[in-house]
Amino acid sequence: MESPFAQKSFFLAFAASCVLCGGVVAYVVHSFGFSNKIALQDAGLSVVLWLLGAILIANTLRYYLPQQSRFIFLGGLIVTLTAIFIGLSSVIILKWLVRSFAYREFYMQSIPVRVAFSFLVFTSYGLVFAFWFTMQNQQLNEKRNTEALQLAKEAELNSLQEKLQPHFLFNSLNSINALVVVQPERARLMVQQLSDFLRGTLKRENNGYIPLEQELEYLTLYLEIEKVRFGHRLQTSVEIKGNAGQCMLPPFILLPVLENAIKFGLYDTLHDIHITLNARCEGSLLEVAVSNPFDSETAGQYKGTGFGLKSVKRRLHLLFDRSDLLITKTTENIFTTTVLIPQIT
Amino acid sequence: MIKVIIIDDEPLARSIVEEFLMEQKNFTIVALCGDGFDGLKAIQEHKPELIFLDIQMPKINGFEMLELLEHKPDVIFTTAFDDYAIKAFESSAIDYLLKPFSKERFKKAIEKWERWHVNQQGFQQDFSELQQPVQRERVVVKQGSNIKIIPVGDILYLESADDFVKIHTAQGSFLKNKTMGYFEQTLDPAHFVRTHRSYIVQLAQITRIDPYEKDSFVAVLKNGTKIPVSRSGYPRLRASLGL
Repeated sequence: MESPFAQKSFFLAFAASCVLCGGVVAYVVHSFGFSNKIALQDAGLSVVLWLLGAILIANTLRYYLPQQSRFIFLGGLIVTLTAIFIGLSSVIILKWLVRSFAYREFYMQSIPVRVAFSFLVFTSYGLVFAFWFTMQNQQLNEKRNTEALQLAKEAELNSLQEKLQPHFLFNSLNSINALVVVQPERARLMVQQLSDFLRGTLKRENNGYIPLEQELEYLTLYLEIEKVRFGHRLQTSVEIKGNAGQCMLPPFILLPVLENAIKFGLYDTLHDIHITLNARCEGSLLEVAVSNPFDSETAGQYKGTGFGLKSVKRRLHLLFDRSDLLITKTTENIFTTTVLIPQIT
Repeated sequence: MIKVIIIDDEPLARSIVEEFLMEQKNFTIVALCGDGFDGLKAIQEHKPELIFLDIQMPKINGFEMLELLEHKPDVIFTTAFDDYAIKAFESSAIDYLLKPFSKERFKKAIEKWERWHVNQQGFQQDFSELQQPVQRERVVVKQGSNIKIIPVGDILYLESADDFVKIHTAQGSFLKNKTMGYFEQTLDPAHFVRTHRSYIVQLAQITRIDPYEKDSFVAVLKNGTKIPVSRSGYPRLRASLGL
């Protein structure tokens, strides 16, 4: 935290207050008939000791400001400093500086006043510093809070953007825009499908498990929309064997796989493509295989794990603590991604 | 009549441009293309004044298709959501339409082109600044009438050859009408390094670095080719190899 003395205006005000207090002391001592020299010595010593005390308070509070009972701590500090102040000033002034008997008498009589005055001075400084550092603490906390909030927001936005896939969304809207005039009925159907798909995206929680059947309803909407976009180029077939539809899986785990297959298939080849999704349940393992055609000559970088599959792999790893649940395979011109979901019984 | 070609891999996206363009006088659509290859052929055949071009398309994207053209028509890009792309072609394209766009917005693009066309008759649109929006994963070259797609992983090294860059691969070498600086910027620096004014090498291909005369070195590739390393290229190469 920044020391209050680092700020020029604060430092000037602080110095002025010290000089003022010193002036008061000098005036009072002088008014009791002591010489200018004695008055100045008394005032000077007081100012120096107050200054040292104030710096001590500032530095203590700078590194240690208890959240609770801070005023008790501060009070204790002030009382201690006042005691030290009186002790030190009496020793220094009476032993070394002033040898006059009258002054000694005066000093002894004025001790209660001196104690009260010093206590007031230290209390004012203590309160000012405590206030200063509390404010600083608050500012720091606020800054941290806004930063944390910002981070949380960014994370939320990222996941939302990932979910909504702007490229898909805007292209779908563009298709609807085209259909409105030539095929209004189909435009209407697509608006409905897109709405249902988006609702499904927004509504669903990322945790918990759902049956494959339910996930397929959502995936089918996606496929239908993509088919409108790409026309005859895109064909799909979905096959669910036996009771695989009742098997459970984490939501959204298959969508990136399907997206990857469609992108890969559509952008890596020129001809019509066929995407297949096969699911079966064997023992305690749900197996979903998605395959797409690709061009083995130019695929280059996409071999191995496709570009959208990393996050799926990471999620599966987090959920099941296994890294063998996503398998990719290429045979001639077909790329197959297989996702394995252990069934918890 | 002004000849126009629409290139987009989504049929409905082509039809909306078609629909909006029908309402404009003086324009005739000479071809509708679903990918960059068709686009290239149609452009060479019809020599259109203006094309509407999507960016994300099968095999080669819109930018790559433009790279392969010697005489480029005027281009209005149509795209859905490509932050990088928009930044990339903001400066050099006549206009870009963000899908879905309104009829009014479309008209504005046409008007913009008409103004531009009247003023700049016979003046080539400047695509030299047009950059790939992302680090490239492949290079597209023309070999006679064939188009060859080279995944960047297959590139052994690049060599400058007058106004061209010679791309050496295990399957042979290909010429590309670009500068060394262009490749230096668009190839991933984690995998490629410019060892010399005239050479860029794929790091994975280097087996060893030998001293050559005084003050200079050669990088020896897996297939035995020796690539010159200049005095300024040597520290770059060392840094890229993590030495």
